[in-house]
Amino acid sequence: MLDRVQDVADESTRFSDGDAVPRVVIVDDHRLFRSGVRGELGDAVEVVGEAGDVDGAVRVIGEQLPDLVLLDVHLPGGGGVEVLRRVLAQHPQIRFLALSVSDAAEDVIGVVRGGARGYVTKTISGRDLAQAIVRVADGDAVFSPRLAGFVLDAFSATDAPPVDPELDRLTQREREVLRHIARGYAYKEVAKELFISVKTVETHVSSVLRKLQLSNRHELSRWATARRLV
Amino acid sequence: MVDTPRLTRAVDGRLLGGVAAGLARHLGVDPVVVRLAFIALSVGGIGVAVYTALFFFVPKEEAHTQEEGRDGALRKGRDVSQLLAYIGLGVGLGTLFLVFGGVFDPLLWFVVFGALGATILWQQANPAQRDEWMSTTVRHAGSKALMRTGAGVLLIVVGVIGFLVFQQQLQDARAGLTFAFTLLAGISLVVAPWIIGLIRDRDQERRERIRNAERAELAAHIHDSVLHTLTLIQRRAEDPREVQRLARVQERALRSWLYQRPADAETTVSPGLERVAAEVEEEHGVPIEVVCVGDCPLDDALGAMLRAAREAMVNASKYAGCDTLSVFGEVDQEEVLVFVRDRGAGFDLDEVPEDRMGVRGSIIGRMERHGGSARIRTAPGEGTEVQLRMPRIPQY
Repeated sequence: MLDRVQDVADESTRFSDGDAVPRVVIVDDHRLFRSGVRGELGDAVEVVGEAGDVDGAVRVIGEQLPDLVLLDVHLPGGGGVEVLRRVLAQHPQIRFLALSVSDAAEDVIGVVRGGARGYVTKTISGRDLAQAIVRVADGDAVFSPRLAGFVLDAFSATDAPPVDPELDRLTQREREVLRHIARGYAYKEVAKELFISVKTVETHVSSVLRKLQLSNRHELSRWATARRLV
Repeated sequence: MVDTPRLTRAVDGRLLGGVAAGLARHLGVDPVVVRLAFIALSVGGIGVAVYTALFFFVPKEEAHTQEEGRDGALRKGRDVSQLLAYIGLGVGLGTLFLVFGGVFDPLLWFVVFGALGATILWQQANPAQRDEWMSTTVRHAGSKALMRTGAGVLLIVVGVIGFLVFQQQLQDARAGLTFAFTLLAGISLVVAPWIIGLIRDRDQERRERIRNAERAELAAHIHDSVLHTLTLIQRRAEDPREVQRLARVQERALRSWLYQRPADAETTVSPGLERVAAEVEEEHGVPIEVVCVGDCPLDDALGAMLRAAREAMVNASKYAGCDTLSVFGEVDQEEVLVFVRDRGAGFDLDEVPEDRMGVRGSIIGRMERHGGSARIRTAPGEGTEVQLRMPRIPQY
């Protein structure tokens, strides 16, 4: 199981307390699901805390200062977006990976624009989840095929001229990378396919993430609310 | 612009000869207005003549086909109570004329004002309340309703005061009126909180009822679907594949119920692709992850493309031996692309056995017959990706 994780976490990667594995807080309102994830992740990460609602999450994260928070989108007390807002205001260095059963567009786009550096659905395998965690904790972005599809959709609806071309448009290369992710390719496979390095793929995805978070094009929000569905 | 219907005598909704209803339809006003006008004219003397003339000279409306079904059939019968009301109104107005002697007596007009206001108020109250009691959605009284109520009240006040003034009774009545107003104000003060409380209670009760209805519907749905599936899963616990299949099917059903997906799976690419994937998944038990970007209406060629994609998914489910499939559809200006990818066994294209050549033919051949193309990328151990491409016919 660990071989794929180590593809990502190379020797130079060290997390906050000098460990080779990231310290993680799991935030989800289903206790069963939290323990399930804990079990699946095994020793790929160090789980340092759990929380089941917004207030509890903010408290635990503030105490533990983990490398990464696994964040459920739907939480009692304001949802994942509220946790992002309150934690990132004080600890901008903490990274969030959103995890949800919902793949409704407004949920996905909502948490990513709220500051999560990735979005995966709860059907993800333990191995892939561990890999995604290490990747996000390392500062990169993780897009599921579905999120890649959303982003392509949102950025291709260009009926209005972009306000800020730097942020409101994807480059040809970025679109190409996203299309491969949407087709179900892992980063490594995308890299091989496009004759670029995995690092470059990660750079492209991070840049798309930045655009997604910073762009003000109203298509993004309008599109997400107009299309409640996948 | 709406066409003005020809002037005919109405069959539907007529009370007497259909003249008023037909005229109202022609003028685009409520039949009540026309009928009242006829009655007013009749009291003056000329209305009856006009009505009779129109009855003979205006052609009868051609018989409607039974498009309105039961509803139309019901409406064909004349509404006797309405007819009686109009006759009563006519007789009443006639009597008033006899009593007051002429159109120009202002007293008459004040009485008419009062009556009109009262009518508006009563009409307002009945259907509105009936609707409110019957409907399950909370809705606010429209500004139109408020305006009508206002107009009704104003007419009554003008009518009453005018009547009193012209009867020279206002002075005499002043003391009485003051007394009456004070009494009314007092009673309102006492009763208002109680009435407001009643209205609140009613709103509260209605909301509660709506919530209960929703809860009942949800419970029924969960019972029919989710609980049923959970029972099946417990019984099939020893067969992980079947359990997974059941869970996926239920998940999809629940999702589509929760998000109320539009039922247009037959007409556009994106839902079509999802439907195809769902069918294959149900049949073969391998989860299929569908991502679709953009959408467009289906035509023959795109329908063929969906069938080819389906074939590719079936193949992958049967032979690849992997635990998930990825399907990606993209609709852009010029073409539609569909990728079906698995990370399974893969195979050597040159050594494909004959029986699977046939299946491949039904993908590649089908695409090419409709002006598209298909590519299969595979190698042993590398998984397989079927790439389908279909140019879009411009929709002008």
